[in-house]
Amino acid sequence: MHVDTGNTAWLLLSSALVLLMTPGLALFYGGLNRSKGTLNMMMMSFSCIGLISVLWALYGWTLAFGTNSSTGFNKILGSFTQYLGTGTSWIGEEWKVAGTGTGIPTYVVMAFQMMFAIITVALISGSLSDRLKFGGWVLFAIGWFTIVYVPVAHWIWGGGWIGANLGALDFAGGTAVHINAGSAALGVALVLGKRIGWPRENMRPHNVPFVALGAGLLWFGWFGFNAGSELTADTVASAAFVNTQLATAAALCGWCAVEWIRDGKPTLVGASSGAVAGLVAITPACGFIPPLASILLGIVAGAVCALAVSLKYRFGFDDSLDVVGVHFVGGWIGSLWIGLFATSGVNAVVTHKSLFFGGSLDQLWRQFVASASVTVYSFAIAAILALILKAVKVLRVSEDAEVGGIDISDHGETAYDFQPVAGSSGGAFAIAGIGGTKADADGKADASQKVAG
Amino acid sequence: MKLVTAVIKPYQLDAVKEALHALGVTGLTVSEVQGYGRQKGHTEVYRGAEYTVEFLPKIKVEVVTDEIDVDKIVDAVVTSARTGKIGDGKVWVTAVEEVVRVRTGERGLDAL
Repeated sequence: MHVDTGNTAWLLLSSALVLLMTPGLALFYGGLNRSKGTLNMMMMSFSCIGLISVLWALYGWTLAFGTNSSTGFNKILGSFTQYLGTGTSWIGEEWKVAGTGTGIPTYVVMAFQMMFAIITVALISGSLSDRLKFGGWVLFAIGWFTIVYVPVAHWIWGGGWIGANLGALDFAGGTAVHINAGSAALGVALVLGKRIGWPRENMRPHNVPFVALGAGLLWFGWFGFNAGSELTADTVASAAFVNTQLATAAALCGWCAVEWIRDGKPTLVGASSGAVAGLVAITPACGFIPPLASILLGIVAGAVCALAVSLKYRFGFDDSLDVVGVHFVGGWIGSLWIGLFATSGVNAVVTHKSLFFGGSLDQLWRQFVASASVTVYSFAIAAILALILKAVKVLRVSEDAEVGGIDISDHGETAYDFQPVAGSSGGAFAIAGIGGTKADADGKADASQKVAG
Repeated sequence: MKLVTAVIKPYQLDAVKEALHALGVTGLTVSEVQGYGRQKGHTEVYRGAEYTVEFLPKIKVEVVTDEIDVDKIVDAVVTSARTGKIGDGKVWVTAVEEVVRVRTGERGLDAL
């Protein structure tokens, strides 16, 4: 094959950028969580990097992005055999988009899409903090990835019915990633139930600088997610890049404006959350709409998501870290925005008219049907999976474990050397080693301490 | 012998320490504590949800002293810890029956 070094280099780099988003998400969620469950929260993200990478190479990629020999069946699922096991027979294959070669090896596209699958599963974990058994999470992640993410990615990007037949657009994953994960997060959280003490008890974020650091890493990596989704390094990629920055910046302002007006003070948690809401909202639309529409999208998404995160208190569901309020709501806004502002002036693949570029609802209804379909499918399967896990008693940790902290019960480790009542440091206790077992002078461990190996 | 205990604003610790040093106080113990008096706590807002922080960080200073010096020490602490705003803290005095210096075994005033 002829390798276009520019395109290939850009997509290799983008793949690494998208991978970085998942550790960023771990920090973002970990900081928002209470300290006694922060490691479990971060482990739910890190475990996806381990688990989903392997499953993607084994069967995810071929089922999502392979082409089934039966045209009818290909609307639902890709090929069982084309790329099975990610063998070396197609290492020299060039990836084609709508029959046109991109100059990029298929291997690179496989790696790029692997990173999307990882973070989509990890996103769900935000609604499940402090109470889902880690074993239950692993089983859920495998099940949801296989039954939901893989087919939905095929429907939207792999030649399935949403992209190829319905004609709905999703540039980088508003429907496939954010609506998908947000809807699943709600389904599992409803089956899982509320954290003990919620919403009466104080469950404020335990490390706000982590939240900001995580948001920053997400923002940085998201350029690979969005601009990389063009695959090739071209004018559409440049529009996606600019739109990503503008919408995110505007959403940061929008969220803070709501806080300033409603609560009297803008917060760093709000600025970080606003940025993430903007990134989510621009994701489906970044390659289809002009910059001014992106700024407007950002302001709307930032403000609406800032208000949407309060819905859980009104309806009484414990979406712990607001996956629904940010990813589900933000994903929907961005997906519908395509129906309002998509134009072939930005991207030639826009063939249906949008409301403000053509005065038609032709694109908008397609966006609605696609978003609603993924919402219903993902919610239903996620809830069913959670019900099965509940039936075999691997869903929720015991009350003692939850009160004592899932970090200790499910991982046997704690995030911090010393946990004071409310935020002060404990120098003397740390020096004395209080809170942990220490080895005896002769180097042997205490009876209470197990040593592996 | 008396034990003078003061709960003060964290930021006032340096001033209190210097005032006691100027009086010739040779040792004191400080600890980080939390609590509230008339000041009460404050509220924080995260993603629109309001949290009440009831216990505020304070510093507890403890000095064991000869009875003769008690009034001077209490006055020095009160003067140096005062900002005039709500939340300045409290000082109280209790009787101490015995003091022993761990290193030498000296007892009573000799141990101070």
